[in-house]
Amino acid sequence: MTALEPAPEFQTCVLAVPSMHCAGCMSKIERGLGTLEGVADARVNLSSRMVTVSHDATIDDRDLVEALAGIGFEAQPRKKAAEKPPSAVRPLLAPLAVAAFAAMNVMLLSVSVWSGAEGSTRELFHWITALIALPAIGFAGRPFFNSAWGAVRKGTTNMDVPISLGVIIASGLSLYEVIVGGEHAWFDGALMLLTFLLAGRVLDAMMRDKAASGVEALVSQAARGAQVVSDDGSTRYVESADLQPGMVMRIAAGERLAADGEIISGTSNFDQSLLTGESAPITLAVGKQALAGTLNLSAPVEVRVSHTGHDTTLAEIARLMEASTQNRSRYVRIADRAARLYAPAVHSLAALTVVGWLVAGASVYEALVIGVAVLIITCPCALGLAVPVAQVVASGALMRAGIMVKDGSALERMATIDRVLLDKTGTLTLGKPQPDADVVASLSEDEAAVAPALASHSRHPLSKAVATVLSGKTPAALTNVTERPGEGVFAEWNGQQVALRRPEGGGKTAVLLQMGGAAPRTIPFSDELRPDAAEALERLQRAGIECSLISGDTQSAVDDVALETGLAAQAEVRPADKQAMVAELREEGRQVLMVGDGLNDGPALAAANASMAPGSASDVGLQAADMVFVQDSLLAVPRAVIASRRTMSVVRQNFALAILYNMFAVPLAIAGLVTPLIAAIAMSGSSLVVVANSLRLARAAK
Amino acid sequence: MSIVLFLLPIALLLGLAGLAAFFWALRNGQFDDPEGAASRILIDDEDEEDER
Repeated sequence: MTALEPAPEFQTCVLAVPSMHCAGCMSKIERGLGTLEGVADARVNLSSRMVTVSHDATIDDRDLVEALAGIGFEAQPRKKAAEKPPSAVRPLLAPLAVAAFAAMNVMLLSVSVWSGAEGSTRELFHWITALIALPAIGFAGRPFFNSAWGAVRKGTTNMDVPISLGVIIASGLSLYEVIVGGEHAWFDGALMLLTFLLAGRVLDAMMRDKAASGVEALVSQAARGAQVVSDDGSTRYVESADLQPGMVMRIAAGERLAADGEIISGTSNFDQSLLTGESAPITLAVGKQALAGTLNLSAPVEVRVSHTGHDTTLAEIARLMEASTQNRSRYVRIADRAARLYAPAVHSLAALTVVGWLVAGASVYEALVIGVAVLIITCPCALGLAVPVAQVVASGALMRAGIMVKDGSALERMATIDRVLLDKTGTLTLGKPQPDADVVASLSEDEAAVAPALASHSRHPLSKAVATVLSGKTPAALTNVTERPGEGVFAEWNGQQVALRRPEGGGKTAVLLQMGGAAPRTIPFSDELRPDAAEALERLQRAGIECSLISGDTQSAVDDVALETGLAAQAEVRPADKQAMVAELREEGRQVLMVGDGLNDGPALAAANASMAPGSASDVGLQAADMVFVQDSLLAVPRAVIASRRTMSVVRQNFALAILYNMFAVPLAIAGLVTPLIAAIAMSGSSLVVVANSLRLARAAK
Repeated sequence: MSIVLFLLPIALLLGLAGLAAFFWALRNGQFDDPEGAASRILIDDEDEEDER
């Protein structure tokens, strides 16, 4: 580490590594990259699953990705254009710090007043608290004031309206009391309220930031580029954003296309499941259109780019999704629905109190002070915490179970679900073809030794799957191994010609294992159901939720899965039809959860009441979904639904607790018996009860 | 009573110092990777010695 030569020019690059999750991964990555020639420093950010590497010019992004692959981590360089999304937490941290600091200091002085400071001491203390509190409230209250003002201007009300009113009126009254040398100042209560509520908001924002960065790590992993062939035959790597129509991309087997284009050389099988849901690969030859996002399965091809970015296939889907998203933004969060009832009730109660005391013969000043006390004591401290704290605790529990919740309203919508639509390829199934287990088990000793040995010489996805399945066997020693792209791997073994090759003709996905002169063995491949699919569906049914399958795949492929899972199924559904089906169910009054991964599911994901996508989903799927689950198991779906329901029942309990508190506190306030001391105790007490109740959700995702 | 005149500013100054320290930490990126910071404590540094 002691470099004495003049420091070379360093550049930094950021890599997304979605699969790291613990201290072990961190040290492996930092050490693995750190020892690399040309790397000065590597620093992991585990929260956002990113590594920042500073390196010199002898090394570039691709080398770093390869080095990471060497130590077992899949990585993707971050797109330069994609700036870090603005954090929701940061703008709230400073107000929280100021509010907490001011609340502590003011409380210190208030305690002296409560314990009997009088005369000039009390006046001095009151003046100091005013000096601390007023600027602090002005600064820390802005998030609430802004939001409340926005609501009032639109003629609606939200939870921030009663909060802002309470805080402002309490401050105003206190200032008046301080000036006239009165007995009570309420600054401590106002500041404590702000501190509690800001803490709740910070937690809420943290949850959203965490999910956003988790999803972003997955998304940037999917953003790719292509090897572009120049006129002189050399190739260079171009990121998908920089691809231009007319460029020629060389797509190796196992790579995804970064842009739409026409095949100009080579013939290969393509997996279009992410786009259409169809699981059987299609064969495309020279002159055919290949679409961005499809996976090249068998042979290298060259493709002339015709459309890039969001031009073609995506355009239609994007248009459909935009219409649906507006639909969802009309959802009103439960806290705001509660505020619509709460705010008018409280404000008219305060007004009635003032009128009542005036009628009873109190002076205008006395009546106003009591009315203000009612407003302060009903200021919805517990109510403001009731929703965010419960949702934060629940989404933390879901996060630990591998489910990322994008925002709190996702939990609210998920809780009402009574109908689930599941996509097939990649959602109900893993989307990765696996060799048929029965056939693999029936292979002879020799075959089981030769097959993985052959497979290990190819990076083709089917070969990789064969090698993985047979990894327990000792591979045979082969000689003269050659891989012929598009055909297979050929070799000699004990004087015999052996091969693992592509079967003639299209049809179902399979490989042929050739052993000398014997008839070749066919190893069929099928797309397996996700682990625990049966149990997951059963749990959903037990929760009173009807499930069915909706897929863009062919009838026969869908029927297989439908039979296996016992679900009603619809096959060969186009993206717009999926969306229409969701809309139709919603018309019938059903609350629909869409679970899907592909581009073709995007419009349906956006149209449904709630939506989930697996972590392997397309960018569009990840962005449209409310929740993303990163584990293979399908149990994530019932877990999310049940945890959401439990969250909402805790939220309702919290509301009940807050109302109960008001039933005790409000009569005291109306009777004119509330002092700042009582207000402080009541507010913090009720908040603590609500928080404690919400903490029970820590195990909600079990 | 005059002792209060000293104690009050001292208490406030100490609090303000804490607030300033927090803002410095916030600006200095100390809150950028809370998860990583929590995990880093588990990483052994001992095998770095053979590099020297």
